[in-house]
Amino acid sequence: MAQGWSESEFLIILLVFNMIPMIPLIPLLGALSPLLAGRCGRNACAWATAAVATASLILLLWLSPPIFDGVVLQAGWRWLPELGLNFTFRLDGLALLFGLLITGIGLLVILYARYYLSERDDLGRFYALLLLFMGAMLGVVLADNLLLLLTFWELTSLSSLLLIGYWRSRADARQGARMALTVTAVGGLALLAGFLLLGHIAGSFELSAVLAAGETVKNHPWYPLTLVLILLGAFTKSAQFPFHFWLPHAMAAPTPVSAYLHSATMVKAGVFLLARLFPVLADTDLWFYLVGVTGLFTLLFAAYAALFQHDLKGLLAYSTISHLGLITLLLGLGTPLTAVAGVFHIINHAVFKASLFMAAGIIDHETGCRDMRQLNGLFKYMPWTATLAMTAAAAMAGVPLLNGFLSKEMFFAQTVHLTTMGDISWLWPILATVAGIFSVAYSARFIHDVFFNGDPINLPRLPHEPPPYLRAPVEILVAICLLVGIAPVYTVAPLLAAAATSVVGEPLPSYSLALWHGFNLPLLMSGLALSGGAAMYWQRRWLFLLGDRYPPLDGKFLFEYNLNLGIGVARRLTTILENGSLQHYLSLLMVTAVVVGIAGMWQGDLLTDHQPFQSVDPLSLLAVLLLVLTAWLTVFWQRQRLVAVTMLGGVGLMVALMFVRFSAPDLALTQLAVEVVTTVLLLLALRYLPPETSLESTLRRRFRDAGLAILAGIGVAALTWGILIRPSQPELAEYFLATSLLGGGGANVVNVILVDFRGFDTLGEATVLGIAALGIVALLSSGLPSPTTLSPFTACPEMRWPLLLRIGARPLLGLTLLLAAYLFLRGHNLPGGGFIAGLVTALALATQYLAGDHHWTTARLALNQQRLIASGLALIAATGLISGLFGYPFLTSTFAHVSLPILGDFEIASAMAFDLGVYLIVVGTVMAMLLALGRPEAAEIEWKS
Amino acid sequence: MEVMIAGVIGLLTACGVYLLLRSRTFSVVLGLALLSYAVNLFLLAMGRLVTHRPPILEPGRTAYVDPTPQALVLTAIVIGFAMTAFLIALALRARRETGSDQVDGIKTVDSATPL
Repeated sequence: MAQGWSESEFLIILLVFNMIPMIPLIPLLGALSPLLAGRCGRNACAWATAAVATASLILLLWLSPPIFDGVVLQAGWRWLPELGLNFTFRLDGLALLFGLLITGIGLLVILYARYYLSERDDLGRFYALLLLFMGAMLGVVLADNLLLLLTFWELTSLSSLLLIGYWRSRADARQGARMALTVTAVGGLALLAGFLLLGHIAGSFELSAVLAAGETVKNHPWYPLTLVLILLGAFTKSAQFPFHFWLPHAMAAPTPVSAYLHSATMVKAGVFLLARLFPVLADTDLWFYLVGVTGLFTLLFAAYAALFQHDLKGLLAYSTISHLGLITLLLGLGTPLTAVAGVFHIINHAVFKASLFMAAGIIDHETGCRDMRQLNGLFKYMPWTATLAMTAAAAMAGVPLLNGFLSKEMFFAQTVHLTTMGDISWLWPILATVAGIFSVAYSARFIHDVFFNGDPINLPRLPHEPPPYLRAPVEILVAICLLVGIAPVYTVAPLLAAAATSVVGEPLPSYSLALWHGFNLPLLMSGLALSGGAAMYWQRRWLFLLGDRYPPLDGKFLFEYNLNLGIGVARRLTTILENGSLQHYLSLLMVTAVVVGIAGMWQGDLLTDHQPFQSVDPLSLLAVLLLVLTAWLTVFWQRQRLVAVTMLGGVGLMVALMFVRFSAPDLALTQLAVEVVTTVLLLLALRYLPPETSLESTLRRRFRDAGLAILAGIGVAALTWGILIRPSQPELAEYFLATSLLGGGGANVVNVILVDFRGFDTLGEATVLGIAALGIVALLSSGLPSPTTLSPFTACPEMRWPLLLRIGARPLLGLTLLLAAYLFLRGHNLPGGGFIAGLVTALALATQYLAGDHHWTTARLALNQQRLIASGLALIAATGLISGLFGYPFLTSTFAHVSLPILGDFEIASAMAFDLGVYLIVVGTVMAMLLALGRPEAAEIEWKS
Repeated sequence: MEVMIAGVIGLLTACGVYLLLRSRTFSVVLGLALLSYAVNLFLLAMGRLVTHRPPILEPGRTAYVDPTPQALVLTAIVIGFAMTAFLIALALRARRETGSDQVDGIKTVDSATPL
């Protein structure tokens, strides 16, 4: 349940407004449609894409009427409520404004891209990525949950990587895309941390709750850290200084991408976030200094840098950074009226900058060139496009009757009244005018350098007007610039009011959108900016000389330096940690285990809390001494391998005795059987491995390893002791002991646990066993390595099958199988069961191979191990599923008492079928393992035949 | 008794770890086997050291050892065996591929020459 909504409210909201999540989901899911429609031609592809975007737009418009009355629509459903992550969305004025920009300009870009991209470009892939981005961006602006917002935020970074790098064969596109991703993704990580802190402080990740917790957040001691982290996310995304450098390099993207991502949407995500969290974070000194000053510096710096760009799109990129700086500054000033101006400028900038990018794309498309030193005098070749571009550029410069003028005028008016910087507040209007001068100057350069200023120089193509559909989006956008600029009250006012209200979070103070406010200071500033900018452009020669001598800094070098530094450190770290030596890894693992173990024990009071010790009896002491001795000798003689195997067998036997001593008969039986099989396997393997290990490691190395081993040993001993001196917790034991006979129908509780209570675990373990066997067969299927010891039989064939063993083995088979059957049948009530019986059976069969001729035995023992394993698994699964037929959960067991004439009264439990499955798997596994290692070599087979 | 068992488990661990860190596959197999013994005994010790009270239900008897660790150890023994066997197969295959039984497949002069 999202916080703040009651159960019934939630349901109603869900029923009525569950269309809101569809707004981002339609493009996200619809991203497939252009890929499918791509086969039916370029027009079909464009139509399919436009249909998806239109669906989102219509849905948005359909839901929008109440928004203008200040209603906030919410919808969604729970996702991971334990983590505070809900799939919740909200539609308020700000979200509506951004939603309209994203879908509206998105539609124009779809039309534009259809005619911009050439036949060689894969239109389907482009449109799919564009829709993916559109959906992610809509998700960002509509999300009500901070974590959900972040998810979409990262999705915009990822999809923009693919869009910027769309021409993937171009190195600059790949580099630019990678840089954009690196910078924005690092910001995204900071943002995640910031959101986590913010959610923690506010007590919820739902925006509805967070927005109401503004005072709590601002007075919290973590507020500064939270703010800085969130700002890092916003500033990287919105290309604020010093993270601005990725945006000019992202201009390697196709122009439709720049027109979409770098004017109206992606770079606006950062300022959107500032606006979204304005009621929570703004209106403090720290906010003002961090946001306001960053915005101011970015505004001035980028406006200055834009003037010196020779690349048409480079100029637009820096001017975008500058305008984003202006919006950041307006939000940073933190008053309701500056926030209104900021929102207004978001709209205006999106409209005129998108049209400018598209115009630049048309010029690039029709001339094959973007360098303003070559592009001159294009007016006579494409007068209509030139008029459109000049109008848009005039809007960018803030010329009256165009939309840019209105928001710039609002900005100027606000700076006049600012007192935030105390005695030097008079600097504000001056700095604002300076920024205005630069912006007029670069707009003038865009107009004059491209469309006038002599004739074109060495253009690859003869310029001409573009196809009408390529120009149509520009015409629409420029028309909006004019409409908003001339009649703001009848066009943009309601949307602006709705959006600004949700930013400010309270009723707006009165403001006027009128064109004419009389002769006042802001108008004077506008006039100064226009004339100053024109004069600056006029005298540009001097400025360019200056610019050539002191070129504006490009962060690319610093970025790549740091990137390479990071890669170098990572590489060195990898070489240290991952040097290809298993020994090295194992010792690292052991060191880590020891360190973590010691650290854990250090904290607790492990070795206190006594209960009385048991006394040591002489037999146990003897067994333990033997165990210690054999274990020590295994290590001591480890280089003489045959001896070591013998000693290891001794350890195993002693361990089995310990099991007997401490009331675990089942374990003792299993251990004994396993011990025999393991020893046989090790002996078989020794034939193919060197019989002795040479002394390789240095003394120092051995001391180091011994030290590590002793530390590990002490740790484990301390842990064991710490547990043994505490009283046990008997709940689980009591449950199993009490229900074993009644619920599982068996007196051997260990066996009942295995085949009944924890049957699903046993199924898993039996499967692992089977997989291990198949793995071994596969590993050795290509043959064994050449033997290292001479087979005694090769030298002396008559010794091949010792008479006594051969004669003894046959009757022994029957006896052993009988023993296995006995162990199996009694397993449910007495020590025994499928595991043990399986091991015994496998040993009985293996003895036949050892005692007799391999071929002779194979011919008579037509057992396919893999089939055994498979049938065992099938049997277990069938037992489990049959219980399902009767409506019980998987692997539920049942049992019945049966009376047979001679055998008497005994029980049959369905668990017995389960145990039979285990038995079959164990037999199959052990046989497969033994035969894989013990099969006769080619030479012997030859000799035999 | 408790101290003694804890000591034994510690010793088995130490021996196992030392062998695990050797450079030949066979030593690693031995080390893993020793470590399995240690782990199995350790798991058994979770049910505490109990004498003459096997978890086999008999009429009239009320005191039993905790059966849960035993059930865990039983499967652990079998799985441990499967792991040992797999490791042996891996060692043989590695020797076939690299001609050496060194864990990193490094050929050394004194590595046994095939007959």
